Parts: sequence; C-alpha cells; structure tokens
Amino acid sequence: MVLDRIPIDVSRLVDQNVASLYSYLVTRPTGRAVRLAIESRLVETSGTALFLIDLSEVTVLDFSCADEVVAKLLLRCAGPDRPAEVFFVFRGVQDSHLGPIEVVLRRHDLAAVAETDGGGFELLGTGSEGEFRIWSEVESRGRIERDQVGALFPEEADRFALQRLAARRLVFERPDSGDYHALSRLIRLGPTRD
Amino acid sequence: MKVVDVPTSLDYRSFDPLAEQVQELGGAKTLFDTRHLRWVDPHGMLALLGAGSIVKERQGVPPLLQLPEQTDVLGYLARMGFFQWAGSIFQFDTRPPRRSGGESDVLLEITPVTTHQDVHAVVDRVQARAGAILARTLHYPPTAVVQFSVILSEVCQNIIEHAEAPGWVAAQAYNWARRLGRHVLLISVVDLGRGFRGSLSDEHAARFGDRWGDATALEAAFIHGLTRFHDSGRGQGIQQIRKQVRRWDGGISIRSGTARIADVPSWEDSPPLEDGLAPFPGAQISIILPAHEPDGGDRGP
Repeated sequence: MVLDRIPIDVSRLVDQNVASLYSYLVTRPTGRAVRLAIESRLVETSGTALFLIDLSEVTVLDFSCADEVVAKLLLRCAGPDRPAEVFFVFRGVQDSHLGPIEVVLRRHDLAAVAETDGGGFELLGTGSEGEFRIWSEVESRGRIERDQVGALFPEEADRFALQRLAARRLVFERPDSGDYHALSRLIRLGPTRD
Repeated sequence: MKVVDVPTSLDYRSFDPLAEQVQELGGAKTLFDTRHLRWVDPHGMLALLGAGSIVKERQGVPPLLQLPEQTDVLGYLARMGFFQWAGSIFQFDTRPPRRSGGESDVLLEITPVTTHQDVHAVVDRVQARAGAILARTLHYPPTAVVQFSVILSEVCQNIIEHAEAPGWVAAQAYNWARRLGRHVLLISVVDLGRGFRGSLSDEHAARFGDRWGDATALEAAFIHGLTRFHDSGRGQGIQQIRKQVRRWDGGISIRSGTARIADVPSWEDSPPLEDGLAPFPGAQISIILPAHEPDGGDRGP
C-alpha cells in the first residue's frame, strides 16, 4: 500500500471501480446497457473516484458501442449535473479499439486517457498541440508539484493547457496542494476493488 | 399468370431489370422464373427474397418460384440457406434441395436481421469463420477480421435503426476470375423498410425543398452522415464503413427507392449516383472487398 505517499485521503480519490467488458461490444443498445451499468456505479460513488474501464476482454468494439461506452459516458460526467467527481482510464485498449474510440471522441470533441495493450498510456481524442505535449510531460513525470509548474512551463499558454487538462479530467489536480498527477500514477498508487 | 423473368446473372448490378418487372406487376398471380439462372450472389438472393415478399404482400398470395435448372446453382442456393427463407415467401414448383449437413464453406448464410440480438449472432458467426477467408483468400492481415465484423455490425444495425422493418444479411467470397482476376468478398444487406428518404424526411426534407427525393436522401446520409436522430453521435456508421472499404480498395453501394449511390473503386466503372430507377422499397447495401496481392504489391489494408 503506497497511499501514504500522498498526504491526502487518496483512498477516497482512488476509488477504483473496474468495469470489465467482455467479448463483442456491438450495437447501440448493448453499449447503452453497459454505460448505464457503469453510471449506476457512479451514483454509488462518494467523493472523487477513478474509474477503470477495462476493455481487454473485448474482441469487437463497433462505433455505436464506442459512442455509448466511451463518448456518452464521458459526456455524462463532463457537465455540471454529473453524478460524481470521476476520472476515467480505459484499460486494455487494443489496436482494433483505437479506430472506433478515436472516431467517437473526435465526433464529440472529447479526449480520454487509455492504457494500451503494451501497458503504455496514451491520450486519445481531441486537444490542442499544447495539451497533448503537456499531458505527455505530466505522464512521464507522474506528478508535478504546484511550485514546479512555473519553472517547467514558463509559457502562459502551457500553463493554460495544463489547467485545461485538469478541467477535462485528463490529469488530476489535487485540491489541497495544487499538485498535478497523471492518472496512470493514481492507478499505480491506489487499491483496486472489483 | 404474370411471369417475372429472373436474369441469368443476378447481382446488385443486374437487379434493376427485376425491380422494373416487379413494379409493373398487377394483381394477377405471379411466377418468378429462375430456370435460366446461372450465377447469383448474396445480393441477388436477398433481392429475390425481397421481390417475392413485395409481390406476396401486394397480391395477398405467395408467388410461384420456378427453380433453377442448373444443379450447382440449386445446391449453392441451398447452402446459402435461400430456400429456408424463401419457403415462407414463395410457392415452389418442385421441392427444393435441402441444405446438406456438415461444415459449410459459406461465410455467412442468409440471416434475418430483426433485433439487435441478431446482430450479435451475425458477429459471433463471422468472427469464427471470416479469419480464414480474409487471410488465405483475400490476403488481408489478421486484424482485418475485427474490422470486417464492425462493418457487418454497423451495416446490420442500419436495418434496425432506420428501416424499422426486418431485413436479411449474407456474405460470401467468390473468385471473380474474369471480371477482376481475383477473389472478392461480397456483403449484402437488404430490407423492405421505409428507405433512406422515409427515414430522413421528417427531419430534413423541408431543408431540401423541391430537391428532396431518394437521391438527395442517399447523398445526405451517405456523403454528409445525416440521420433522423438529433444525437450527434449518430450517423457515423456508414461514414466509417466507407472509410474502411476505401482502405481495402473495395466498393460500397446503396440502392433505396429510385436511386443508387456508391463509392466506386478504380476497378469498377459504375456511376457514383443513379436516379430514376424502378422504385423498390427499403434499402439494399452491397459491399465488395477485393483480394490483395499476396506479396503486398497492391494497396493493402
């Protein structure tokens, strides 16, 4: 257990919910049912949570399902009426999933963090060049302390991009310290609960 | 009795004369004469089922189907499951052959698509069978089987989401030795629903004014991704199918109402848009995926 490395109640933050999705994710009703199942878990969540949507067992993901399970799920949690303060990481993302996921994210002007088959993390979807570059920096460092931000990102545009990433829930900004965390780091730090 | 002469070759290109004959039929009992049928692909089979269904509904009695004389055509129709579904549409002049047992070489037999569960069944079936055909016959990479399944899923969902009527799907690989000099894989989806114009009219017809018709409806959906849904996530299925088919140097065409629209590959010479065809209800989607050179010498996936 490494939660003590972050002196905040990260156990509440890293309330990792794993939705394992199996086999053929095809047709819109199937995607809608999966999304609603995930959303029901969201409603049960208190505080801040990191949801891990595991696609590693999904053989086929079509565009209709990707629209429901990825895009509409993110949209549901992006607005002011979102059911909980949640972050998402899509895990086990295979090459064959990338096309549908990218398409639906771009269609809705969204972005998401994905852990691919090889174990690396990628930012998928839309964003400025600066957002992708700053996200990679946060990802490679794992954590950027608040007082490092100015030195690391002297350009105002880059600091704005960092704030945008936090607002889009693509990195986590700790409310107490203002430190920024890559979502992948939160996965490594926190417990997993099935 | 009225006679519909089924062409000797029945595919998506030779369907129009059949549609014209069906349009001109009156109320008299009808005979579909397939005795001289020499070649039929999945599209031809589904179109024949569709034509028979229309006549049956219009006349209130099942039309008569005179079976092909060639035994290999009969056997192929049986293997594709044609007679299983034709039995509820036509009366046969003679008893059709039964589908033989054992392992079939057919990629996807004629399968009705009525519910989303049917789409799952179709994907399940082709996942198990398509890999070998795509890899060995078409020389596509192993990953193509997933993309192929996605195409099938999206194209079948088009029936359920937009036609609001049942339809059929079928797929099979052929050696187009004379026409193209290589193998192709054909996917066909046919429904007898309200067609693209019917699906889009409420939402989009007013904007097009006098120009609204089957051709403009097809352009709206096929080119611009319009749907009847307000949801911005809708309408991408056909767009993404088109992209993937283009990557594989294939062709896709949709015939609906009196029009047909197509992405025409370089090896095909049909027009990208046709209007004024014989009216036929619903929609017919035809996808042709050609084999690639085994050494990767042509444009690969």
